[in-house]
Amino acid sequence: MIEVKSLYKSFEDKAVLKDINAVFENGKTNLIIGQSGSGKTVLMKCIVGLLNPTQGAILYDNRDYTTMGKKERKTLRREMGMIFQSAALFDSMTVLENVMFPLDMFSNDTYHDRLKRARFCLDRVNLIEAQNKLPGEISGGMQKRVAIARAIALNPQYLFCDEPNSGLDPKTSLIIDELIHDITLEYNMTTIINTHDMNSVMGIGENILFIYEGRKEWEGDKTQIMGATNERLNSFIFASDLFRKMKEANTGK
Amino acid sequence: MFVFNRIATFGRYLELMGKTFSRPERMRMFFKQYFKELSQLGVDSIGIVLLISFFIGAVICIQIKLNIQSPWMPRFTTGYVTREIMLLEFSSSIMCLILAGKVGSNIASEIGTMRVTQQVDALEIMGVNSASFLILPKILGLVTMMPFLVAFSISAGFTGAYATSVIGNVINMEDLTYGLQHDFTEWYVWMGVIKSLFFAFIISSVSAFYGYTVEGGSFEVGKSSTDAVVSSSVLILFADVILTQILS
Repeated sequence: MIEVKSLYKSFEDKAVLKDINAVFENGKTNLIIGQSGSGKTVLMKCIVGLLNPTQGAILYDNRDYTTMGKKERKTLRREMGMIFQSAALFDSMTVLENVMFPLDMFSNDTYHDRLKRARFCLDRVNLIEAQNKLPGEISGGMQKRVAIARAIALNPQYLFCDEPNSGLDPKTSLIIDELIHDITLEYNMTTIINTHDMNSVMGIGENILFIYEGRKEWEGDKTQIMGATNERLNSFIFASDLFRKMKEANTGK
Repeated sequence: MFVFNRIATFGRYLELMGKTFSRPERMRMFFKQYFKELSQLGVDSIGIVLLISFFIGAVICIQIKLNIQSPWMPRFTTGYVTREIMLLEFSSSIMCLILAGKVGSNIASEIGTMRVTQQVDALEIMGVNSASFLILPKILGLVTMMPFLVAFSISAGFTGAYATSVIGNVINMEDLTYGLQHDFTEWYVWMGVIKSLFFAFIISSVSAFYGYTVEGGSFEVGKSSTDAVVSSSVLILFADVILTQILS
C-alpha cells in the first residue's frame, strides 16, 4: 500500500501539486487521471522519487520515502517496477537482454536461473518469440509488453505505469490494460497508472484519482465515475461524444 | 551573469563526477560495459586515427622539405622536425581535438538520447546509479585506449613520412631515417601519452556531462552534442598550454 499525505510540489514560485492526500491499495489498479498539465506526471514522479516533494510524506507500507537515506531509497527502488510512456527500453540491448538487465544488476542467481526468469516474464507477456530482436525492430505495443516484462522481472511490490497506452491503438491498449490488471492481481502489487485514456478508466479503474490544477478533485471507482456530480470531472470525462452518449443512455438524460 | 553561469555549470559538472566515480553496483555489469566502450570508443577510432595521422605525417614531411629545408640546413632536418611535431603536438593534442569531434559527439548524443527517451530515468527507478553505470565505463574506456591511439598515430605519421620518400620521392630515405632517429628524447613520447590521458578524461567527462544534463528533445540533444565538442576542444587547448608548460 502507498499513502500520500499532504503532498506539495513547487517549481520555483509555481505550485504544481497542492495538498494531495491519497491511498493506493495493493491488489488494485489505481488510476491517476487529469488533463494534460494538471500535475499527474509530477505526482507520479514524486511518488517514485524522481522528484523531491516540497512538503508532505509518501509512505510505502508505512516506510516514509521522503525521510529515507540514500541506501534505504536504493533498496526500496528495487521493489519498484515502472513502465514509461515511451517504454524506455535500452536501444542497444535485445528484448531478452532488456528483461534480464534488472536481474543481472541485482539478482544473485546463476546465469541459467536469470535466463529462465527472463524467459518466463517474456512468456507471460506473450513475447518469447521476439526475445532476440532489438527494441527498434518491434511495434510500440510489443515494446510496452517488453517494458512490463522488465518491470516484473524482480517481482516488484509496486508497479508504476506512466501513460502506458500512449500512442497505441484501442485494441492494443486493451491488451496492455488487461495485462497490467492481471499482473497486479497475480503478484498482489500496488499498481498506480497515470492515464487520460477513458477506455482504461472504464476498464480497469478500481480506484480513480482525478487531479485538477494540482489538487485532488475527486476520488472513486469506475462504477461511481459515470454518476459523479463533480463538474470538472464531468467536463473531463464527457469531453468526447462517445462518453456523453454513453452517459445519456445510462441516465436517460 | 556569464561568469556566474559558468561557475554553476562547473559545480554541476563536479557534482556529476562525484556521482560517477562511485563503486559500481555490479562489477560483472561494469566490466561488460567497460569492454563495450573499449571497442566503441577506442577500437572503432583506430581507422580514423591511422588515416589522418598517415596523411598529416606525409604533409608535414613535404611542407618541411619544400618550405624550410635549404642547403644551409642539415639534410636530416625534415625527418627530425616531422618526428618532433608528431611526438610533441600532433599525435597527442591535435589527434585528441579530432577525437573530441568523433568520440565526444558520440558520447553526448548517446547519453542525451537515453536521457530524453527516459532510459536514464528507467535506470534510476531500478535503483541503478545511472551516472556511474553509463559514464564511468566511458571515461575509463577512453583513458585506457588513448595511449594506444597515440602510439598508432605516431606510427602512422612516420609511415606517411616514409610514403613521401618511397612513393613521392620527396626526400631521401636514409636522410629521413637519420632525421627521425636524431637526438631522440624518450620523454617526448611519455609527454604525449600523459597529455593524451588528460585529454581523454576531458573529452569523455565533458561530453558525458552535456549528454546527461540535456532536457527536451532531439533538437536539444543535437545542441548538447555540439556544445560537448566545442567545450571539449576549448578545454583541451587550455589544458595543452598548461600541461606543455608543466611537462617540458
